[in-house]
Amino acid sequence: MAKKQSEETKTPEEVEEKKVSPEELEDDEKIEGTDVAKSEEESITPEGEKEKIVSKEVSKESLSRAVVESTQQYIYKKVKSIVFGVLSPKMIKKMASAKIVTPELYDKEGYPVDGGLMDIRLGVIDPGLRCKTCSSKLKECVGHFGYIELARPVIHVNFITEILNSLKCTCRECGRILLSDDKVKKTVKDLEKVEQTEGLDARRDAIKEFIKSLKLIQKCPHCKAKQYKISLEKPYTFKEQEKTIGPIEIRTRLERISDDDALLLGFNAKVVRPEWMVLTILAIPPVTVRPSITLESGERSEDDLTHKLGDIVRINQRLFENINAGAPETIIEDLWDLLQYHVTTFFDNEVAQLPPARHRSGQPLKTLSERIKSKEGRIRHNLAGKRTNFCARTVISPDPMLGINEVGVPLIVAMKVTVPETINTWNMNYLKKYVEKGPAKYPGANYIIRPDGKKKKITEETKEALLEELQPGYVIERHLLDGDIALFNRQPSLHRMSMMCHRVKVLPYKTLRLNPAVCAPYNADFDGDEMNLHIPQNEESRAEAELLMQVQTQLISPRYGLSVIGCLQDAISGNFVLTRDLQMSREDAIELLCNVGVFDFKRLPNKKLVNGKEIFSLILPEDFSFKGKTKSGELVVIENGQLKEGVMDTHSIGGEGEGVLLRSLHKKYGADRTIEILQKIFRLGIEVLMKRGFTTTLADTDLSSEATEQIQSTLDKAEEEVQQIIQLFYNKTLETFPGRTLKETLEMKIMEILNRARNTCGSLIKKHLDKTTHTAIMAESGARGNILNVVQMSACVGQQALRGKRIEKGFKQRTLSCFKRNDLSPEARGFVRSGYKAGLNPKEFFFHAITGRDSLMDTALRTPKSGYLYRRLANAMQDLKVEYDKTVRDASKKIIQFHYGEDDLDVSKTESGVIDVKKIIEQV
Amino acid sequence: MSKIDITQHVLVPKHSKVSEKEKKELLQKYSLTLKELPKILSNDTALKSLDVQEGDVVKIERNSLTAGKSIFYRRVAL
Repeated sequence: MAKKQSEETKTPEEVEEKKVSPEELEDDEKIEGTDVAKSEEESITPEGEKEKIVSKEVSKESLSRAVVESTQQYIYKKVKSIVFGVLSPKMIKKMASAKIVTPELYDKEGYPVDGGLMDIRLGVIDPGLRCKTCSSKLKECVGHFGYIELARPVIHVNFITEILNSLKCTCRECGRILLSDDKVKKTVKDLEKVEQTEGLDARRDAIKEFIKSLKLIQKCPHCKAKQYKISLEKPYTFKEQEKTIGPIEIRTRLERISDDDALLLGFNAKVVRPEWMVLTILAIPPVTVRPSITLESGERSEDDLTHKLGDIVRINQRLFENINAGAPETIIEDLWDLLQYHVTTFFDNEVAQLPPARHRSGQPLKTLSERIKSKEGRIRHNLAGKRTNFCARTVISPDPMLGINEVGVPLIVAMKVTVPETINTWNMNYLKKYVEKGPAKYPGANYIIRPDGKKKKITEETKEALLEELQPGYVIERHLLDGDIALFNRQPSLHRMSMMCHRVKVLPYKTLRLNPAVCAPYNADFDGDEMNLHIPQNEESRAEAELLMQVQTQLISPRYGLSVIGCLQDAISGNFVLTRDLQMSREDAIELLCNVGVFDFKRLPNKKLVNGKEIFSLILPEDFSFKGKTKSGELVVIENGQLKEGVMDTHSIGGEGEGVLLRSLHKKYGADRTIEILQKIFRLGIEVLMKRGFTTTLADTDLSSEATEQIQSTLDKAEEEVQQIIQLFYNKTLETFPGRTLKETLEMKIMEILNRARNTCGSLIKKHLDKTTHTAIMAESGARGNILNVVQMSACVGQQALRGKRIEKGFKQRTLSCFKRNDLSPEARGFVRSGYKAGLNPKEFFFHAITGRDSLMDTALRTPKSGYLYRRLANAMQDLKVEYDKTVRDASKKIIQFHYGEDDLDVSKTESGVIDVKKIIEQV
Repeated sequence: MSKIDITQHVLVPKHSKVSEKEKKELLQKYSLTLKELPKILSNDTALKSLDVQEGDVVKIERNSLTAGKSIFYRRVAL
């Protein structure tokens, strides 16, 4: 019921299909498909497109790779379909090149035993030996399957449910499906229709439903035999009326099912016969799949699979012997059961009710399923997850002297990670220089690659000869140089901005360095974060990286249409201080600007004392005009490159969706210019602070006695108010809010009063706080912290909330044993009246610790949860695309949205999601 | 049980049947086959009063946060 292919499907790789999960699908393909890769291409061939192409593409066929490479002829074919099925015993025998009869691996000389599990007919893993089947050497031979004839049939665990379904749906006597002939016809028709209209998945679902309906039938409509309930006793015992039906009986029953009936149960009998799910012959994977390792002591250590197969062969032989010797039935039964166990764990060592097979050390064996499954399995680890060369990973650290689109690369890395450059007549001398230097001196080279693809290491000895040899067409892998292109990435890569293209700057020491302005898009900080660096290896990838991924091109976020990159922390404080109240001599100003990288002082007013606004203006383009607001709502006016009014704060120059000024610079002057200006603004901020000095002190949070008094009285008043409300509550005269209980109303009112009290404190402090203190500057400019933090330090920490409510749990009807029961006062429910500076009293401290721990737990638990949520979302939407007609469609061109985002707007071309038509008109 | 007409609910957008001609134009406009349209189940409560069959196309007018009003089409499926 997979793809019904009209074409000849004598797929050698008869792999299972059925309604198996994708993982399992791959599973069997892997197990059984290894040595057939060679013939696979012929059999899955389409009638269509046959092109002969001479290309350098590596063929999947490693066997005759050498042969193919010498002719340089490739036949390009398109895979039209893949059929999955189950290996039949016949097929196993046909594809096998050896019958395995003995559990011994090697003889006394250490040579593989014929008929053993390491038989050299199954492929070679020792250098020097030749494969007996294909007579090729190690690495050329892909290995060949073998087989074991099982003394008694056993059940394949991975098909348990299918076997159960087949047994339940067919007659125990005649083997027909439990449905009258007319109904069978009708079902066949229905299924075909479903498949045509809705596809294979729907057909599978329909079959599932159909099977469900058959299970309850108690009388065979064909031979009128009574049907009994069959149950599965996990992991692999089937019972009918309390009596066990063994694999032999099961197999005979499955054999009786006709091909047509099997189709209704979801088996395409050409590739899966139901009885093939009960094994009589077991395929032995090639030795190349389970190579043994030679330890340092010279001892051989076998692969887990070989161990498991050894067990199977051993038990199988014993079973044979016992049967032949006519041993009592109980002994045979026991051995048979053991064989079933071993075969089961060979396929899957994590079957629920079975103890996993273990090494002598006690660690479970890794058998077939475990090789494929889960994160460390073949799929997610080896196929979906790939590793690359020419990359580096270390700790990152900040360097504001670096350009925003630069990345500082440690010298050691620059000498290991290289860039290939092809020699031509023009760059010959330039490249020879690097070869001369060799791999040990810095701007050198590590390898040369001859035009025939041979790679040669440059060493002191080979240097001379190689230099002689060099000519156009050779490739030199030279060390990284300043200005080379690199991709820089920090996981988790949730954004397209998580991987951007930077220019290399080779620096001493051992960390990768980046300008702190790009921390925001990477979500990086420097508490030990590591980042990855990749060096593109050809012109095409370099061009692509440069055009599409350079930091400049990522400036405006497609999420909110504002700059993701901007000033932060000190850079903001610095510009704030500068533009608000700094004045300096013209000389000082010039020195400052020189440090920033501005050398044209024509526009600096020619007077003794210049102010900060004038200095800042020098960075802006001459024809730039801008109108905006500061964080606190004051006007910012820039006219013709002159900052006339207002101060610079996070709202104008900040990153992460704030810098409105940056957005309009970007609009008018483009990405490159904006980055340049941003860089200067950033440096200016830092230089200003270096000149002026900037720190923070406990005294910043000092309040005048007047302010303290006012704050205390507001808190007193609030507490009194709460007391009154509580009194109202007890008197039952409190007015309830609609849809709330009395208690809830009370809580809401209390919370509101206390919050209001703290906000009042906030505005009081704002009024009394010395605006020249550095703490205040940071809060006001938005560089770090806010007034609320100041309030918490200097006045009152405020209500501690647990899950949106005041703290109420702990002891019986009270929070701490030092309170009276049912005490609803602020103090008893986690209101922290003191500030951090004055210190918390023990009760307050305890409440604070409660919420502190809760929020810590919360972040620790929420991060992985939301990460997984996002991953699923991203995977679900990964191939959605906006087409040229502005519709959003998936890979099969089905429409998801008729208008992208319902308004057809590209957010990265808007300002925070809107196109301000008025503003545009004004500018025109 | 009182009968509730959910199409009158504020959160239920306006559904209407698309005429054959309009349907053709729509498919033409986006060069679509009927299969590539999003589905709506024929037993969807919003279609109860609409008299539509499998293969018909339903037009849905929604209020949109970004665009004010957005128009969406779905084909009726079983």
